[in-house]
Amino acid sequence: MTTAFGANAPEAVNNRENWGGIRMSDQKEQKADRTVDLLSEVCPYTFVKSKLELEQMETGQILQIHLGNSESASNVPRSVDLEGHEVLSVDQTEPSHWVVTVRRA
Amino acid sequence: MALNDQQIYRYSRHILLKGVGGTGQEKLLNSRVLIVGAGGLGSPVSLYLAAAGVGTIGIVDADEVDLSNLQRQIAHGTSDIGRSKVDSAAEQIAELNPDATVEKHPYRLSAENARDLVAQYDFIVEGTDNFPTKFLVNDACVFASKPASIGGILRFEGSTMTILPGEACYRCVFRQPPPKDAVPTCAQAGVLGAVAGMLGTVQATEALKYLTGVGTLLSNRVLSFDALSMEWRTVRVKRDHKCPVCGDNPTITELVEYEQPACAIRPGEGISQTRDEHQLSGVR
Ligand SMILES: [Zn+2]
Repeated sequence: MTTAFGANAPEAVNNRENWGGIRMSDQKEQKADRTVDLLSEVCPYTFVKSKLELEQMETGQILQIHLGNSESASNVPRSVDLEGHEVLSVDQTEPSHWVVTVRRA
Repeated sequence: MALNDQQIYRYSRHILLKGVGGTGQEKLLNSRVLIVGAGGLGSPVSLYLAAAGVGTIGIVDADEVDLSNLQRQIAHGTSDIGRSKVDSAAEQIAELNPDATVEKHPYRLSAENARDLVAQYDFIVEGTDNFPTKFLVNDACVFASKPASIGGILRFEGSTMTILPGEACYRCVFRQPPPKDAVPTCAQAGVLGAVAGMLGTVQATEALKYLTGVGTLLSNRVLSFDALSMEWRTVRVKRDHKCPVCGDNPTITELVEYEQPACAIRPGEGISQTRDEHQLSGVR
């Protein structure tokens, strides 16, 4: 995981490995300040639109990003992390549905 | 002003950039840039700024498109020969990006109109083929406290510097235009067309950096390259407290117009230079 998220990867992200990349959404729900539905978007627009959402939020607020393909599910958390935000969790809730939870830096 | 879906796609490669993002793109869309000269440098500058989504682009140029321009002035086409350069460039910009509005100024920049004109814009790009206009733009920008990129090309060479209020101005480095006929023009000496693209894109980049707030501008430095060796160099320059226009006791307090055309940014030999002379002798 260090390659994808850096040495300081949040615990929730590291847990992905234990679940073979799949986590059921049984973890405590993070109360999202904002939710964005990007199920029908592909890279790079999934990250482009996630970034635009984050820009409109305040530091510390939580964004929940809904993604519909595995490429985006691996790219968006990495890109969000590179922008300095904190990826709290990446959950696959259905075969084609991932939920990425991010705390805005 | 929020970006619409078309704009999110059009500018996605800007939005992806760290430090630019949607915020930076909105700054560009709300920005006003004045381009002085729609020729070899003004062409790439105006096209890249338009493509980047700079919302308002003012273009000053009194000339008409001539067949001999087309070897480097890529904002104009063969069917534009004889048309006003401002009209021709505006048409290509409109085709490139409907987000960019062109303000046409189909006249010569002069001591009478320069100050009012630069005052209406956020950033000024000077890319004419003559020294009098470079000094006019510099002085007008100093008086109006406006940032500008001043550039010149000749043969296989180009040079440019970015002037910011309070930092070294063009006149801090080059006191006054060279004597008449001391420096050849592009029309006399020639210029490789792509060299205009090399320098014009540097100037466009400086404008985009200034408007979005990313990076470090080319202020207090003169950048030069020689395309024949493809050597690039920057020479540090300083604000001169004895500068006649931005110094502590300015002697130039009104815009002055010189007569004398030339291409290069560097006024060249024969000009009285100050303590910076040894530093600048390497600038080519
Ligand atoms: Zn000065």
